[in-house]
Amino acid sequence: MGVTPSSVPPSGLGAGLPVPWWRNRRVIPWVVQGAVGLTVLVVVAFLLGNLVRNLTAAGLLLSWSWLNQPAGFDIAETVLPFQASDPYWRGLLAGLVNTVRVVIAGLLGSTLLGSLLGMASFSGNALLRTLTRLYVEVVRNIPLLLQLVFWYFVVFLSLPNGTAAIQLPGVVLAKSGLYLAGFGEGLRWMGPHLVNGVWQAPLRWSVEFGALLTGLIAYSSAFIAEVVRGGIAAVPKGQWEAASSLGLSWLQTLRQVVLPQALRVIVPGLNTQYISLAKNSSLAVAVGFTDLYSVSETTLNQTGRAVEVVLLLLGTYLALDLFISLLMNGLNRLVQIRER
Amino acid sequence: MPSPSMRGLLITLSKAGSRARRAAPLVLLPVLLAACAPDGGGGIQSSKMATIKGRGKLICGVDGSLPGFSFVGPDGSYSGLDVDVCKAMAAALFGDPGKVEYRNLNSSERFAALASGEVDLLSRNTTMTLSRDAAGGNGLSFAPPTFYDGQGVMVPTASGIKTLKDLAGKPICVESGTTTELNLADRMREQNIPYTPLKFQTGDQTYAAYLQGRCVAVTSDRSQLAGKRSSFPSPDAHTLLPDVMSKEPLTPATVNADPVWSDAVRWTVNTLFQAEELGITKANIAAKVAEAKANANQADLRRFLGVEGEFGKQLGLPADFVPKIIGAVGNYGEIFDRNVGPGSRLKLDRGVNKQWKEGGLIYSPPFR
Repeated sequence: MGVTPSSVPPSGLGAGLPVPWWRNRRVIPWVVQGAVGLTVLVVVAFLLGNLVRNLTAAGLLLSWSWLNQPAGFDIAETVLPFQASDPYWRGLLAGLVNTVRVVIAGLLGSTLLGSLLGMASFSGNALLRTLTRLYVEVVRNIPLLLQLVFWYFVVFLSLPNGTAAIQLPGVVLAKSGLYLAGFGEGLRWMGPHLVNGVWQAPLRWSVEFGALLTGLIAYSSAFIAEVVRGGIAAVPKGQWEAASSLGLSWLQTLRQVVLPQALRVIVPGLNTQYISLAKNSSLAVAVGFTDLYSVSETTLNQTGRAVEVVLLLLGTYLALDLFISLLMNGLNRLVQIRER
Repeated sequence: MPSPSMRGLLITLSKAGSRARRAAPLVLLPVLLAACAPDGGGGIQSSKMATIKGRGKLICGVDGSLPGFSFVGPDGSYSGLDVDVCKAMAAALFGDPGKVEYRNLNSSERFAALASGEVDLLSRNTTMTLSRDAAGGNGLSFAPPTFYDGQGVMVPTASGIKTLKDLAGKPICVESGTTTELNLADRMREQNIPYTPLKFQTGDQTYAAYLQGRCVAVTSDRSQLAGKRSSFPSPDAHTLLPDVMSKEPLTPATVNADPVWSDAVRWTVNTLFQAEELGITKANIAAKVAEAKANANQADLRRFLGVEGEFGKQLGLPADFVPKIIGAVGNYGEIFDRNVGPGSRLKLDRGVNKQWKEGGLIYSPPFR
């Protein structure tokens, strides 16, 4: 243990010589990962090449020209401006932006809630501990799709509408969404207001977005709570006892002694949960939120370009998840460096 | 998903199979799942019909939650206009309308299910369009339309909405992946009316969101709106706007790859039309057959009922497929009245779905 890659080998065995690359612990992971990556790439390239070759033989070569055709459908909630006369690729991009939006918000929310729940399961307060356990057991044992339908149809769509909506200064929560005051046209400060029976405001989120986000956060946080709990439980009991003998409070112990050590165990587990969350966001279609999957489905139906659309979809979700993994691996390295 | 791409894929998979049998499932698993149970089309013999006959039952893709067209009753039995087309086909093939297995499909699944061979026949209020028919599009083969419909909009009566213009800025619920979704976009763009489309994957979700008040309007085929309305808690509280946004000929479909099978479906539907034109009903079919057998001069009737000629053989069906169909489900008029017409909860007018002799669009080419 504790042999860092740059450390000098024990004397007698090639003392003073640099470590050969095949024994260098900085090189080995790259070689192994490179080999695996190359194998996967070759297999994928072979299969794709095969697909293209045979589709060509059948006169059905993969075609991407439809991406520039006008989409002809509308998207309800977009950050990117989009209208029906815009090409398909813009529609798909608008869908991707919606997916990324819900994934980022979901990651932040579920990490916060999950960490709190995970820490709460070590609380001295029996009620808090029991409630936390109850939450985790209930939420993670019900299918996510059911939970989304529950949040959307039972909770969010039960909100009052129009003038009956829940109104606070600068904030309106209605059946159609959450509306916040902000700077509207011409940088004028504007509160939520009713236009023709429909709420308008500079900042607004639809209930579809809300239901999806709430569902994803509630679901993922239960799993993250377990990951956090596992990480904390992995820290030897002696650490807690040592900290309390020094007079540290429960919160101080957690923050300054236990969590830094627990993070090493937590981060890899978090990675899995984050990837799951990104993939689960495609259930948006069940609650009417127009994400990448929803736009792709419409596109597939309208263009008949099944293979192309599915390939695009596979590639995009893969890239999204690999990107999350990349960030998490970076974070993992960061917490690992502090080791010993 | 279109059948050409799917066929290409099947070719690809079968060629790749020997070389990459182990690797293929890993990468192409999702596609493979959609493409399983393939039916090789083409040839002089219909492999599709051989498959169906070998299986002993027809697998029919329906909506399953649309009163009047295909609906599962409390006892688990299916009924509706679309379902009766399935039953007619089973009667033609097996002489038994009960030999059908129904698959409930949503609008996004339906073409993939047909292309992959999961269902033999799609009888699911599907609009015939150019791109769905074309080999370079979805590659379907359409029978004659069994219901000429148009897209409409339904609103709560209390909302006071009278025209499309009143929907400006409002959320509208629509099922995703339908022609309805595109027509809505087109009509609203034409008239420059801004709106918020809320898209759901299934009809049930769409109407649930509408009933919960998330949207002030829901748009679909007018017959579907009427059908759904009949199952609402208070049907009278909802109104169909007079605007008809599109032509929606609802048509049974098969894959383009098997013309023998497609012809059998086409002429089964025509049988329903022709029987109504000739006044042959479920009640008098036995008498008509007896009449045709007794009178050698009634050549038209004798050919139609399979007493003479080889229509059945030419289509790959039994010689007496017409009496079997009519004996099982009745003629088109009977099917219409029973499921969507005055005798049903939908109470739809025959409208353009009348026989051609009465000024409608229901017209069978000659059985000759």
